[in-house]
Amino acid sequence: MLQFTNIRKRYPGGQEALSDLTFHMPAGRMAFLTGHSGAGKSTFLKLITVIERCTGGQLIVNGVNVSKIPARRIPYLRRNIGMIFQDHQLLHDRTVFDNIALPLVIAGYRHREIGRRVRAALDKVGLLKKERAYPMTLSGGEQQRVGIARAVVNKPPLLLADEPTGNLDPDLSREIMQLFEAFNQVGVTVLVATHDISLIEEMHYPQVILKNGTLLHNGLEGQNE
Amino acid sequence: MVEPVQKTARPEFKTRLSAFGINHAQVLLSSLGRIFRNPFAGMMTVSVIAIALALPAGFYVLLQNAQQISAGWDGAARISLYLKSELDKVGAERLADELRILPEVEKLRLIDKAEALREFKALSGFGDALDALDSNPLPTVIVITPVIDTESAQNMEGFLERLRERPEVDLAQLDLQWVKRLYTITRLIQRGLLIIAAMLGLAVILVIGNTIRLDIQNRRVEIEVNKLIGATNAFIRRPFLYTGFWYGFLGGILACILVTVGLGMLRTPVKRLAGLYDSGFELMTLQFTSIITLITLAVVLGWLGSRLAVGRHLREIEPG
Repeated sequence: MLQFTNIRKRYPGGQEALSDLTFHMPAGRMAFLTGHSGAGKSTFLKLITVIERCTGGQLIVNGVNVSKIPARRIPYLRRNIGMIFQDHQLLHDRTVFDNIALPLVIAGYRHREIGRRVRAALDKVGLLKKERAYPMTLSGGEQQRVGIARAVVNKPPLLLADEPTGNLDPDLSREIMQLFEAFNQVGVTVLVATHDISLIEEMHYPQVILKNGTLLHNGLEGQNE
Repeated sequence: MVEPVQKTARPEFKTRLSAFGINHAQVLLSSLGRIFRNPFAGMMTVSVIAIALALPAGFYVLLQNAQQISAGWDGAARISLYLKSELDKVGAERLADELRILPEVEKLRLIDKAEALREFKALSGFGDALDALDSNPLPTVIVITPVIDTESAQNMEGFLERLRERPEVDLAQLDLQWVKRLYTITRLIQRGLLIIAAMLGLAVILVIGNTIRLDIQNRRVEIEVNKLIGATNAFIRRPFLYTGFWYGFLGGILACILVTVGLGMLRTPVKRLAGLYDSGFELMTLQFTSIITLITLAVVLGWLGSRLAVGRHLREIEPG
C-alpha cells in the first residue's frame, strides 16, 4: 500500500525533515506512526497525500508513483485516501450531513446514493441522529467522529489519521481507536500518527517510529516476514 | 514491490455525468443564494456594475435617437454637379435625362449657364463685377435631390463618387456639407462612446474580480478542505465562476432598468422640445435586442472578472 524508497524531504528553508527513508506498509495492515515532535511524522503524512512533494527518492501509494504525479492527477489520488485531522477540518457553515457528503459530491455520486452512503457512515460512527446538526454544536469527540465519517464515506482503501485523539480524553480516544480497528478489520489499511503512549500500549498494533527524519523502528517488518 | 492497485469504487460514467449536471444546477442556485445571504454587499457590487454599464448603454440609446433625427434631415441634402465648360446645352440635357432615371435620384434640375448667371447676379450682389467680364464664367449645373433611405448618408458618398467619375462632370459636390459633418460627428461620438464603454467594461471586470477575490479569501478554509479531500480545480472554481455570472446578470438587468428609467425621465421634456420645433419626435428607449445584448455582455464581463480572480488566487491556496 505504501512504499517509501530512499525518500528525502528538504524544506525551502534548508531544514531536512526526512532523510533517506525506506519503508514499506502492506495493504490491510494497521500501524501507529510515532516519534517526538519534529521527528517528521507530519511530513511523512503530507508526502503520502502530496500536500508536500519529496525532494528525492520514490514514493508509491496504492500502486501510484506519487513522486512524479502531475498536479492535475492529485485530486484523484486523494479521493482514495481517507484523511483525519486533529482539528477535524470540518466546514462550520454546513450541517453534519453536508460535511460528510462532500467527498461524494466531489466524486459525482447521485443524490439518492449520497443520502444512503452518508447515513451508512453516520451509523458506523454512531451519529445517525445528528445529521441535521452543525459541527459547532457537537462535542470534540463527536466532531472527530464526523471527520472520520467523512474520511470513510467514499470507502477509501487507505486511512491516514494525524493525531486524531490529540484533544480528546482517554475514554473518547479509545472509542475513536476502536472505530479505526473496525475499519481495519474490513480490509482498510490504517496508519495513525500519534504520541499518545498509553493508547499505543493498550492497542497492540505495530509501531513505526521516526527519529530526526529517519526510521528508528518498523514494527511492521518483524511480523510481516 | 508494488501491490495490485486497489481503486475505490467510483460511480459509473453515466451517473457521474448526470450528477455533474445536477452539481452545476446546485452551484448555480447556491451561488445566487450566497449573494442574497449578504444582500447589502451584494447589492453594492451589483449597483456599481449596473451604473458602469448603464452609462455607455444610455449614451448609446441617445446616439441612436440623434441618428434618427439626423436621418430626417438628410432630405435636405442636395448634390450639385458642375459640368465641364466645353459641354454644350444638348450634352448637358442628355446627361440630365440619363441621371433622372437612376434609382438614387428623386428630383433633378438642370440650370444652364445663363440661368446660373441670373441667379448668381440676383443672390450674390456681385452683379456689376460680372458685367465687366466678357464671357459667362459660370458652368452648367445639375442639382440632384437624392432619394432618402435609412443609410442615406453612407450611400450618398458612393453615389457622389460615381457621379464624379462621369466624364461630363467637372466637380460634384454634396451641398449642405453639414449632413456629412453631422455624420462624421456621430461617428466621432460613437468612437468616443466605444472607448468609454471599453474602459467601463474593464472596470466591471475589475470590480467583479475584486469581489470574487474577497469571496475566495473568506472561503479559504473551505477551499483547503475541498482540496484535501480530492476536489479538482474545476470543482473548486465552479461556485466562484457562477457568482461572477450572477453579478454580471443582475448588474445587466439593473443597468437596463436604470437606462429605461433615465430615458423615461427625459421623454416628456424631449417631447415638449420637439413640439416647439413642430416635430412629432419621440424618444425611443432600449429595444429588446439591446436589452438582450446588454445582459449577455454583462454576463460575459462577470464571467471574465471571476475567471481572472479565480485563476490568480485559487492557485495560491494549497493545504499545508
